[in-house]
Amino acid sequence: MPKGMILIDKERCKGCGLCIDACPQHVLSYSGEYNQKGYNVTWMEDPDRCTGCAFCTLTCPDVTIEVYREISPGRGGNNA
Amino acid sequence: MPVMTQKMTKVFERPRSLADIEFTYCPGCHHGLITRIIAQVIDELGIQERTVVVGPVGCSVFVYQWFRCDGIQSAHGRACAVATGIKRVNPDLIVFTYQGDGDLAAIGTAESIHAANRGENITVIFINNQIYGMTGGQMAPTTLIGQWATSCPDGRDAGLAGYPIRFSEMVAQLDAPVYVTRQSLYDQKRIMATSRAIKKAFQYQVECKGYSLVEILANCPTSWHMTPTQANKHIADVVTSVFPLGDLVDRG
Ligand SMILES: Cc1ncc(C[n+]2csc(CCOP(=O)(O)OP(=O)(O)O)c2C)c(N)n1
Ligand code: SF4
Ligand code: SF4
Ligand code: SF4
Ligand SMILES: [Mg+2]
Repeated sequence: MPKGMILIDKERCKGCGLCIDACPQHVLSYSGEYNQKGYNVTWMEDPDRCTGCAFCTLTCPDVTIEVYREISPGRGGNNA
Repeated sequence: MPVMTQKMTKVFERPRSLADIEFTYCPGCHHGLITRIIAQVIDELGIQERTVVVGPVGCSVFVYQWFRCDGIQSAHGRACAVATGIKRVNPDLIVFTYQGDGDLAAIGTAESIHAANRGENITVIFINNQIYGMTGGQMAPTTLIGQWATSCPDGRDAGLAGYPIRFSEMVAQLDAPVYVTRQSLYDQKRIMATSRAIKKAFQYQVECKGYSLVEILANCPTSWHMTPTQANKHIADVVTSVFPLGDLVDRG
């Protein structure tokens, strides 16, 4: 399994929960932390499980998530 | 805390054709997702410099602000007529309309049908959320039988208000359209299918093939009084049984 990581722009997250539903690895959940607009923002509750598959960001209606993935050494470059 | 290692490379970032400003949409609203998908298609096809979006009236009234390409705001329902004018005067431009169900299939019925019948070489993106979102949740021609709306508080009654209009099926029986499809966004597979459909619709215009219509079954969690998660399930279980998914015409 490749290793991944995401960055969520907290101030743009609207706490809709669609990324939580979309993540096949059950990495995401509500953080209980509220942004300036009053939305309960998502966070990586279990970051070690992230594979960088990008399902979360492809589902996010507010385009708040950047996704990173480890390059697999044998395959030369980005395996996106 | 998530950790970034040196071997990590970015696999998703904001499309270049999407402006770096926040959407005005409610939490979980599919309008934002559709806008991101279109911006990514514009990037992939390398047409940012010559694309023009024609906006509607509805929750997506500011659509010309979200894209980093040219844009124009049309009067309610008239987007296909405005797009026709732009495309005919300057056929090198890639012109698309972005319209809700109230805009395209209610007040704009005449303009929408006749642009399709003339086979204008434009791309029509039709966001069918079965309601007038912007004005607070009134019944649209696409509202399901029994569905609650502020103007049908006992649910839509076919005897009083007719049946949900299947606009794509109406357009599909015309001779001119090259591509007519109905898509949705309720899971990852459908999001990918919608991305491919939108790309094909733009590609056909680039190749001067003619008129395309991409209808997308979208949500309106606010007016449906559902969470975004419940709304996705409602689309999968109920809405798609009234509005079947798939390609209706592909003459490309
Ligand atoms: C000529 C005119 N009639 C009525 C309105 C009121 N109005 C604004 S948006 C809208 C309907 C929007 O619904 P839809 O196109 O489905 O967009 P949504 O907000 O659901 O995305 C109406 C009736 C208006 N602005 N102008
Ligand atoms: S990149 Fe994939 S695994 Fe990682 S949080 Fe997003 S959906 Fe989950
Ligand atoms: S999908 Fe986007 S806006 Fe919604 S909760 Fe996740 S990060 Fe926040
Ligand atoms: S009212 Fe409905 S369509 Fe409009 S922004 Fe809110 S959820 Fe989206
Ligand atoms: Mg609508």
